[in-house]
Amino acid sequence: MDQSSSLKFLGSWADSHTHRVRLALKLKGLVFEYQEEDSVNPSPALLLHNPIYKKVPALLHDGRPVVESLVILQYIDETWTDDPIMHADPFERAIVRFWCHFADDKLGPAVGLVFSSAGEGQKAAVDQVHENLKLLERELRDGAFKGRRFFGGDNIGLLDIVLGCGSYWLAVFEEVMEVKLVDPDTFPLFHAWLRDFEEQKEVKETIPPIDKLLEHARGIRQMMLSLSTDTTTATTIGAPATGSTTSNNDAAVEEIGLLQESLVL
Amino acid sequence: MAAEAGEVRLIGAWPSPFVLRPRVALNLKGVEYEFLQEKFGEKSELLLRSNPVYKKIPVLLHHDKSVCESMIIVEYVDGAWANSGHAILPADPYERALHRFWAFYIDDKWFPSMFGIAKAETEEAKAESAEQAWAGLKLLEEAFEKLSKGKAFFGGDIIGYVDIALGAYLGWAKVIEQMTGLKLLDEEKTPLLAIWAERFCAHEAVKEVTPETEKLMEFAKMHFGK
Repeated sequence: MDQSSSLKFLGSWADSHTHRVRLALKLKGLVFEYQEEDSVNPSPALLLHNPIYKKVPALLHDGRPVVESLVILQYIDETWTDDPIMHADPFERAIVRFWCHFADDKLGPAVGLVFSSAGEGQKAAVDQVHENLKLLERELRDGAFKGRRFFGGDNIGLLDIVLGCGSYWLAVFEEVMEVKLVDPDTFPLFHAWLRDFEEQKEVKETIPPIDKLLEHARGIRQMMLSLSTDTTTATTIGAPATGSTTSNNDAAVEEIGLLQESLVL
Repeated sequence: MAAEAGEVRLIGAWPSPFVLRPRVALNLKGVEYEFLQEKFGEKSELLLRSNPVYKKIPVLLHHDKSVCESMIIVEYVDGAWANSGHAILPADPYERALHRFWAFYIDDKWFPSMFGIAKAETEEAKAESAEQAWAGLKLLEEAFEKLSKGKAFFGGDIIGYVDIALGAYLGWAKVIEQMTGLKLLDEEKTPLLAIWAERFCAHEAVKEVTPETEKLMEFAKMHFGK
């Protein structure tokens, strides 16, 4: 693949949106420079290129920034048109975009809530995740993705990237929180898709080792639990700084909020 | 090429800014469609069947397939009727990325701050939301300058993706202005956007589907008790 332009990419190693971009770049065979960002302390470069959201990932193509992972993925696909990750058909594209929206709007936050809550709140969050997975399972079984190996068809597409980069948190949270999220009997097609996805060469090269992710998640969970002793009635532990906390805890809570956000599917 | 009557249907409701978006897109493409008005407070069988995940309007039905989410519908219309009217998204991938980013920002950050003004229970909360909304509009003013390149719309000479995303909220912005006495699109704060807003609302693709401010006010009073 001829690449005469320069690509630089700002990300964080445990951030699923970063993985989305990295995977897309790999699938396109693109060469890029990577800069690791601390989610709690954004670099001047990140603040310059993503002044509104101040978050990873940010892609710089010949110095011009593109931010927001879905925007970046579509930009990559439309700029380097070999090995497309989106179908040409407008209806197919609309379906994929819809489920990407669902992933970020419903499924991701529900999974994040499993991690950041306890007791009754967590039980409700787990139920939400199951409800959302049921919708995907149904689509795989009888709906738009019936009979496909991947959501994109025979090859990994945009929706595979979006759902796949983050679904590893399901396994991590299952272990850290000791809850069952993806039962292969209840979600056989989703489960099979995920295993197939994770076996792909480029995916293996993108997703960090599971033990590192486990360690990372356990660390954040510990921080959240140690903060929650003051707010015992809260079912959401370590809520981001918008919640009410004592002034001593504000900085710590904000840090946890930022870390939690980076875990959202 | 105009579609046959019945081939294209849009499930929606006249006060909804989200419904306005696909209506403008369809108008820009010269597509004839049947508008299926939902009754407020009740969801039709067709809606529940066509959007089982969110059960929300708008939903576009084309060849009996359903497309949901307002800006996804806009992009679908742009692709399905690529040979009609103007392109709604620009051709250049970087400009497309900018349009998509700003449309995301508008729904993700700007709309909640505008809506926050209406929901605010104290003068303080109202002022805070207003500050956020104005700050957002300042960013959008800069975006307008960059994307319009001196022309009339975010899309240049023609109504584009961001025009539709932001323009859809203008009706409700006017209602909030009237209810609170605050000027959202202020010629002094954001002169380019103030002019753009007038231009957008006067456009033939927008005019006929934009509800009158008085009707929206009545609707707001009736249903939201404000």
